[in-house]
Amino acid sequence: MSETVAPVRTAAKQLRELDRAVVRFAGDSGDGMQLTGEQFTTESAWAGNDIATLPNFPAEIRAPAGTLFGVSSFQLQFGSQRVYTPGDRLDCLVAMNPAALKVHLSDLKPGGLLVVNTNAFDKRNLDKAGYPSNPLDDPALAERYRLHKVDMTALTLEAIKDLSLNQKEKERTKNFFALGVVSWIYTRPLEPTLEWIKKKFAKNQVIAEANARVLKAGHAFGETAEIFAEHYAVEAAELPPGLYRAMTGNRALAWGLLAAAQRSKLPVVYGAYPITPASGILEELAMHKRFRIRTIQAEDEIAAVTAAIGASFGGAIGVTASSGPGIALKGEGIGLAVTAELPLVIFDIQRGGPSTGLPTKTEQADLMQALYGRNSESPVVVLAPATPGDCFYIAYEAVRIATKYMTPVLVLSDGFLANGSEPWPVPDINSLPPIDVQFRTEKEGFFPYLRDPATLARPWVRPGTPGLEHRIGGIEKQDVTGNISYDPDNHDHMVRMRAEKVRRVAQEIPPTSINGPATGDLLVVGWGGTYGAITAAVERTQLEGQSVASVHLRYLNPLPPDLGHILREYRKVLVPEINSGQLVRVLRAEYLVDAVGFNRVRGLPLATDEIYEAIKQLLGSAS
Amino acid sequence: MSVSGAGPAEARRYTKKDFESDQDVRWCPGCGDYAILSAVQKTMPDLGIPKENIVFISGIGCSSRFPYYMNTYGFHTIHGRAPAVATGLRLARPDLKIFVVTGDGDGLSIGGNHMLHVLRRNVSLTILLFNNRIYGLTKGQYSPTSELGKVTKSTPLGSADRPVNPLAFALGCGATFVGRTVDRDVKHMEEMLKRAAHHNGTAFLEILQNCNVYNDLAWNALYEKESKLQYELRLEQGKPLLFGALDDRKAVIMDGVIPKVVSAASVPASALWVHDEKNVNAAKLLADLWAPEFPIPVGVLAAVEAPVYEEILLDQEKRAVSERGAGDIAKLLTSGDTWKIE
Repeated sequence: MSETVAPVRTAAKQLRELDRAVVRFAGDSGDGMQLTGEQFTTESAWAGNDIATLPNFPAEIRAPAGTLFGVSSFQLQFGSQRVYTPGDRLDCLVAMNPAALKVHLSDLKPGGLLVVNTNAFDKRNLDKAGYPSNPLDDPALAERYRLHKVDMTALTLEAIKDLSLNQKEKERTKNFFALGVVSWIYTRPLEPTLEWIKKKFAKNQVIAEANARVLKAGHAFGETAEIFAEHYAVEAAELPPGLYRAMTGNRALAWGLLAAAQRSKLPVVYGAYPITPASGILEELAMHKRFRIRTIQAEDEIAAVTAAIGASFGGAIGVTASSGPGIALKGEGIGLAVTAELPLVIFDIQRGGPSTGLPTKTEQADLMQALYGRNSESPVVVLAPATPGDCFYIAYEAVRIATKYMTPVLVLSDGFLANGSEPWPVPDINSLPPIDVQFRTEKEGFFPYLRDPATLARPWVRPGTPGLEHRIGGIEKQDVTGNISYDPDNHDHMVRMRAEKVRRVAQEIPPTSINGPATGDLLVVGWGGTYGAITAAVERTQLEGQSVASVHLRYLNPLPPDLGHILREYRKVLVPEINSGQLVRVLRAEYLVDAVGFNRVRGLPLATDEIYEAIKQLLGSAS
Repeated sequence: MSVSGAGPAEARRYTKKDFESDQDVRWCPGCGDYAILSAVQKTMPDLGIPKENIVFISGIGCSSRFPYYMNTYGFHTIHGRAPAVATGLRLARPDLKIFVVTGDGDGLSIGGNHMLHVLRRNVSLTILLFNNRIYGLTKGQYSPTSELGKVTKSTPLGSADRPVNPLAFALGCGATFVGRTVDRDVKHMEEMLKRAAHHNGTAFLEILQNCNVYNDLAWNALYEKESKLQYELRLEQGKPLLFGALDDRKAVIMDGVIPKVVSAASVPASALWVHDEKNVNAAKLLADLWAPEFPIPVGVLAAVEAPVYEEILLDQEKRAVSERGAGDIAKLLTSGDTWKIE
């Protein structure tokens, strides 16, 4: 089982070159579709392609088998050129049961490859999916798509019939058959998956043997079965040279904190309460105690944020994370950090809402909550990563700004960035800006709210420093002395001071990069996880010769100082968002520009096609 | 195990004055908090800890103004959250001595959840809960320790809530140190403060405190001379549970598993209930005793050793570093599945 399988290229089957392909694996939530997708992603990374992924799964851990709501899927786009999104329409759909077919078929391009496990299309599963008759028997299906009916279950069982596993255990390996078939169709190397199986099941040789055999059986089936007339190669992408690794957004946020801890030489205290889709960050950080990352699985969201604040008071980097509902609970705590003027980093991994909403689906509707979701005037710095890999830099930047300006910094990631992955060039750690924390130790002239003239930050004093004993708190305080003050003019002064301090962070923002002409007909402004879809749509219009550009905001509060000027260089401004129009409202209010929103709130990433159409429409109305 | 906050051997000699801040104390005249503040300031020099290593954390309420009046490090946070703030501070700073000052509303109502978890985790903190059975700062609504039927501004026909017993709650949460003292018994209060401050783990000290404006003499059973003599049960390690006037000494004994009051003279010495702080089950029975059926226990109900939260976590960190070296992000970034593009 240790031998590796080289992709066999037989003369009999035609190999066609493709620029890119979009593949989706869909099945029951117990069918192992996420694993299958992840392994296919690794194989594609080995093949040197650029990749974007979209895991999509139900909130229920094990939804009843065969049901429509229990369908779990994993989509990826891989290509020989830059891939910005997981793709809109599918080139290939693998459906492991009738429910998966029903839920996903409409996304398959006409003429697309449709691979189904016929074994699952029995009366029971058809009933559960609401099919009155077997859709595979309908000739229209095979006319519209390149339908490949494969009894994966039977072929799987045949491949491992001599192994001492029970029926259920044997059937459970059928996802590797599907992976084998699709790996053959797209000429993916099997080595990474075989290696993975070897490692993962090192303690259970029989299972390891079964999975490896089934994978190879699927691959061999693709090669030898008469049904597949051709298969495809997607050449390695021309990515900039360097060392790469696959990176998800949640892991990148965690690793960004590790980098910040190392560079600042400070411990991180991370308070969190498990919540989808943020829990992965807590689990990742808990593995890295060597970086002096101290994780607290708190009793609730409020304890998570206040423990982080307590740690910051003690001179550590206090960090907390959640998703929208948890951020709502943390609001009062964040306000405390605003008035106590302590560093605090908050990750909000946005998901569909309101309330519990769509826990496993993505959304961008917490922007207003991030900007204004606290009592009174409580300004915080707000940042947003554009891609999964960008989460690393944004987490690091959040710590840098929080400690330099003594302010909370809120990072808006989302479910799509959190779980999605991309090939990520490994950064040179020395290229990151320093995080140079200077605790105050000088007694002479000390006051708790004395301010740095450039940043307006108050001094950070570690308890334990002799002679600097002082008290801070949530009650309004006099500027400089920090003594409790109910004086009306002082309050007005402090409200302005806290706002001005956050505004000063603008001096940290690099010039905004514009993708396209510096002046023209239309500018698309985006933020967060829509970066890929917007960029792909904009570049398509540019290839058509349209005068369209895009900017993607990573700093949402304060906004980049050059943004107002940039907005005025275009006749129209389009703001696509997965909300009802939040950034567009901010831009209109801030700059008095007639920006137009493009808004879909479906729990899914925006599609390149729909943004493209929105651009065309707005350009059309402009002429 | 190390005592948190222990400073250099040549700890400076302090007096009470060193711990008085320059802020005007703003409690109502006659408030029990004054006596507690004075006792705490007086106790501090005896801890032998440099004052820059002492931190007071509080939530919201009259009691929570406490840190402003202590010339140490202090943080007046938000309602109910002081135990959580202190937990984060403790993980960041195992070297500090941390006090949490809270009240019956702050600690047992809005912050009840945090109190539960800080006690079960056994984080090294000294928690002082001022219990006056009323909401003072919001001007006189009933609190979670107010008696059933209590008539207040928010319960004109009497409260329908049954009160929580702070000591029984703390013991139920798995607290490793549980004690009770009274604001008008300065000597006992100082003694209890020292005991609590020296405990390794979470110490929970209930201080019965008088709100002379909204709930005057709620603890009169322990204030008024006659009733104090009649009802106060001083708990002392290794001593039998005896109380009452010297000429009419009474004893609390165990009748099966049920506490019972008898005349001390009527039972042999072997039948007396001898107080043992290590016996948490006995402490749970003691916590429920109250006048007039029973005496009111004051003193240390329970003091036991148990694993300490931050010691476990920081030990994991230390071991991870000693076994595999300090973390190196550059190494981590290039570890595992990577590939090179030429």
